[in-house]
Amino acid sequence: MTWIFENWDRFWEVTEVHLRLSAVPVLIGFVLSIPLGWLASRSATARAILFPVANILFTIPSIALIVITPVLIGAKILDEINVIVPLVIYTIALMVRSVADALASVPGHVTAAANAMGYRPLRRFLTVDFPLALPVTIAGLRVATVSNISMVSVGALVGLGGYGQLFTEGYQTDNSAKVFAGLIGTVVLAVLADGLLLLLGRVLTPWARTGR
Amino acid sequence: MKRIATAVAAVMLLSACGGDPLSGGGNNNNPAPTDTVVVGSANFPESTVLAEIYAQALAAKGIKVSKKLNIGNRELYFKGVQDGSIDLIPEYTGVLLKYVNKEAPEVGPDEVYTALKKSLPQGLTVLDKSAAEDKDAVVVTKQIAAQYSLKTIEDLSPYCKDLVFGGPPEFQNRPDGLPGLKAKYNCEFKQFKALDVGGPVTVAGLKDNAVQAADLFTTDAAIKANEFVVLDDPKNVFAAQNVVPLINEKKASQQIRDTLNAISKKLDTKVLLDLNQKLASPDKPEPEKVAKEWLASAGI
Amino acid sequence: MGGWLFDPAHWSGPTGVPVRLLEHLGYTLVTLLIAAVIAVPLGAFVGHTGKGGFVVVGLSNALRALPTTAVLILVVLWAGLGDFPVYVALVLLAIPPIMAGTYAGIRAVDPVAVDAARGVGMRESGVLLQVEIPNALPLIYGGFRGAALQVVATATIAAYTGAGGLGRLVFDGLALQEFGQMLAGAVLVALLAVLVDLGFAGLQRLTVSPGLRPVGTGGKR
Repeated sequence: MTWIFENWDRFWEVTEVHLRLSAVPVLIGFVLSIPLGWLASRSATARAILFPVANILFTIPSIALIVITPVLIGAKILDEINVIVPLVIYTIALMVRSVADALASVPGHVTAAANAMGYRPLRRFLTVDFPLALPVTIAGLRVATVSNISMVSVGALVGLGGYGQLFTEGYQTDNSAKVFAGLIGTVVLAVLADGLLLLLGRVLTPWARTGR
Repeated sequence: MKRIATAVAAVMLLSACGGDPLSGGGNNNNPAPTDTVVVGSANFPESTVLAEIYAQALAAKGIKVSKKLNIGNRELYFKGVQDGSIDLIPEYTGVLLKYVNKEAPEVGPDEVYTALKKSLPQGLTVLDKSAAEDKDAVVVTKQIAAQYSLKTIEDLSPYCKDLVFGGPPEFQNRPDGLPGLKAKYNCEFKQFKALDVGGPVTVAGLKDNAVQAADLFTTDAAIKANEFVVLDDPKNVFAAQNVVPLINEKKASQQIRDTLNAISKKLDTKVLLDLNQKLASPDKPEPEKVAKEWLASAGI
Repeated sequence: MGGWLFDPAHWSGPTGVPVRLLEHLGYTLVTLLIAAVIAVPLGAFVGHTGKGGFVVVGLSNALRALPTTAVLILVVLWAGLGDFPVYVALVLLAIPPIMAGTYAGIRAVDPVAVDAARGVGMRESGVLLQVEIPNALPLIYGGFRGAALQVVATATIAAYTGAGGLGRLVFDGLALQEFGQMLAGAVLVALLAVLVDLGFAGLQRLTVSPGLRPVGTGGKR
């Protein structure tokens, strides 16, 4: 803990990078997983393809994906995109199932009523289906976020920033205080992000709060 | 609708907290403006503290500096030097020469330096070399040295096939690694264990006898602290390895050259030993601080 | 990648692919065993008594947030090299899904069945072992399979601190910038994960009562 106080500038700098490297993939991955999840909720064929692919993608070790990315997308080895692309892929792999399950769980009679009231498909999706699917979606988003925050550290093995830098440097210099500082940072960040999303979910779904 | 707007605002706030993407300095891996010098370092503490010394000295002269420290081994970071992600990095003459020219036969400090200057790819150059030297070495524990009466690697060669060697993964392939030991000393180990880059894991491996011989750096404080024995290398598998700045020629302004050359004049092997000792001391000071203190004491 | 993977030289010797595969499988199975011994009783007890669910969920979430790399490094710095740090890090990773799956499974058991069991005079232990756990098996398996996937993927990191397993292919490949080797490691890990999951699916088929299998097409799996 004292390491954090004694090296506050460095700690904060590392936190900023870690936050950016986790938040950006979660946002991009989430947005991209919505159409895919929607497809999977509508079509059994889509489900049969997307779910197994998602499962397999998630088992590819993050370090391997992070190192291969620059070769695949022709980026320079130290570009942040080399961590962002793999994390987007992992987020999509995690979220596709969540979004699909969430949309599939929207009660049929509600969507039928909306259709009967004359809602056009897009408006219905945005104002009826999606909000009702939020609780399950956010549950998935929380897992994806915590998972991302943990995985960003792997980027340090190829020189990218974030708390992982504290892990590798601490390892090289036999400095457990530094590693511990990075661990605390990661856990606190994860707990805060998780809590924020939980709160967001509560705020966005007032109807779920009644009648506990 | 209102709730959605609040949510979107909250999400944007969260992503905005990620920091200004254009903030230079620090290890944030974003492309820096073109007049900034990006200083990199390899994945071991000595490289990092040298990089800090270069970076702080340049910054003190008003040059814009951005740091990308602790990247990885040369096989990884050299690509970054070539593609311009890194402009300046502390290097070691002998190893770098063998990296760009596997067959290079030179071993003495001056020949190695001259050959290196000639062999580097277009656009890259090295500035003045320093007297400071940090070589890879085959190291054994006091007990093993006594057990087999070892003074040089030559003494070790008859026993290699019964022993396990530990070192960084790249040691298996580098011409000044296992292949060199095999070629010059006919030493082929029973097994190679990939540990770390002359760090605590390798030291622990030697102490616990998980490996009987290992690749450590000659300026590593752990050698003296653990009474390890550095085996002599009469056949020069490890050529001279003087500390030298590797720099992108486009960024090598006269001011930068002068500043770095002045530093190289002040660096010698004793300084390296000293710096490593400080880094390894129980209170584990940050390389930035150790570099600052040295620059102050060296009057730069 | 084909070049590296299909080179017979890489399949023989103490550092060949089969050895790494077995090491990786070994880490996974031993981890799941240890995690099961810790997580199943905990999850079952809390699920059965209905008390402390908050602790289970909280602990699960907290452990999920732990970066495995950091745990691995800390244990190595403290306890030295070897397989012990690997197991500590991986077991901590496997506990949340197994515990959560067990807890959820037991909570989801039809209260009518539990009530009936008590009604015929079963002791609490009997209720737990003969009614609740068998009925909770699908979700418990779900927890194990989720844990297995994570462990197989994350065991790759163990090679960073000198351990064995398929991660060695990835890290050595990284150090040597040999993409063939790295890709081979990544592909083999994914393959192993699929195989382990299939293994669990088979086990599930054998041990879960047919009455609990999802009826009709699809189901949630």
